[in-house]
Amino acid sequence: MSGLAATPALPGTRSALPARLLPLALLAWVVAYSLLSRVSTWVTRDALRLSPATHLGSAVEFFVYEAPKVILLLALVVFGVGVIRSFFTPARTRAILAGKRESAGNVLAAALGIVTPFCSCSAVPLFIGFLTAGIPLGVTFSFLISAPMVNEVALALLFGLFGWKVAALYLGTGLVIAIVAGWIIGRLRLERHVEPWVYQMVPGDDRPQERPPTWEDRLHHGFDAVRDIVGRVWPYVLLGIAVGAGIHGWVPQNFLASIMGRGAWWSVPLAVAIGVPMYSNAAGIIPVVHALLEKGAALGTVLAFMMAVIALSLPETVILRKVLRPTLIAAFLGVVTVGIIAVGYLFNWLI
Amino acid sequence: MTRIEILGAGCANCTMLYERARLAAQDLGLEFEIEKITDLNVIVGYGIMSTPALVVNGQVKVSGRVPSASQLKEMLT
Repeated sequence: MSGLAATPALPGTRSALPARLLPLALLAWVVAYSLLSRVSTWVTRDALRLSPATHLGSAVEFFVYEAPKVILLLALVVFGVGVIRSFFTPARTRAILAGKRESAGNVLAAALGIVTPFCSCSAVPLFIGFLTAGIPLGVTFSFLISAPMVNEVALALLFGLFGWKVAALYLGTGLVIAIVAGWIIGRLRLERHVEPWVYQMVPGDDRPQERPPTWEDRLHHGFDAVRDIVGRVWPYVLLGIAVGAGIHGWVPQNFLASIMGRGAWWSVPLAVAIGVPMYSNAAGIIPVVHALLEKGAALGTVLAFMMAVIALSLPETVILRKVLRPTLIAAFLGVVTVGIIAVGYLFNWLI
Repeated sequence: MTRIEILGAGCANCTMLYERARLAAQDLGLEFEIEKITDLNVIVGYGIMSTPALVVNGQVKVSGRVPSASQLKEMLT
């Protein structure tokens, strides 16, 4: 793809001197970012001789501009979050949350869900670790809802494609859903629907025998995160933007207004119903979402769809089934789904 | 004899850690045995909340990330 010609080297090299590498990487980043628009125009109009007025020209220019831009933003945000995350381990987050009362605990847990490193593959040991440390069930859920939904990849992509307002709205409403849903799950007193053996487990002491990290280590952590996350999601980003570019070039303006527009009240629950069983990461879904919006879909509907895809997934539900009984799984899915639908309506009404 | 355990529910990172730890131990010329552990009781018993984790001779060396080859060699000696 011609878009790769404009993709500069990512700042994720294997150097043992991350502190010295940092200014260089930042400089390369700024230069690459400032050249984006010129390069994409040059590639499309001069190198490929495509007119932006044609379907193909419009799609290609969109792709050549958006793909490197989104990857650059992603690399920067992932680096920043990687450095921040070196300050928060699950053990430290657990220590902060242990002994907190419910309401304040829900707020704190949702916020910590953003900065604590989390992978849905370790949801079960984390869940057990939290509960056996005496953290209330609802507070634990606030963490488990916020961690996948409000993630750095989603925020970076929303920021890159929609601007800071939409990214901030997503962050804010994601946190509110995590806080409120966790609080409701706590109020419902569902503790007996946790598999009873969970409470009987005796966890050991989570203290890896490591020296405390230095700043050098933290920067390393940031570069590692870039290599790991950007290295893993870039094909999805490119694929998503390619699909988005296709929609951008070929689907007529306002084509979606009647189906996914504000006027259609049923569009929000429908979008969520389609989104919940779908499993994709933020990287693949957001560029498509961007293109949908451009063609007249309403922001609330599209955000609800996106949250449903990212926050609730079949694989994670299957993993959690090990420790949760079906009633509690149903309550979890139900409460979060209702929250997402409410957010969808709120945005359609506000904007 | 060095006893190396890789803890985790079999995600992609667990496999990567297993391979890297095995290679690092071979490079060091250690006499070792290596095992993948997916049993939750053992994982929780070590106090691990993020996988994959590396346990060497019963001591948790790292959890939640895959260290580089040189870091692994340091942890194995």
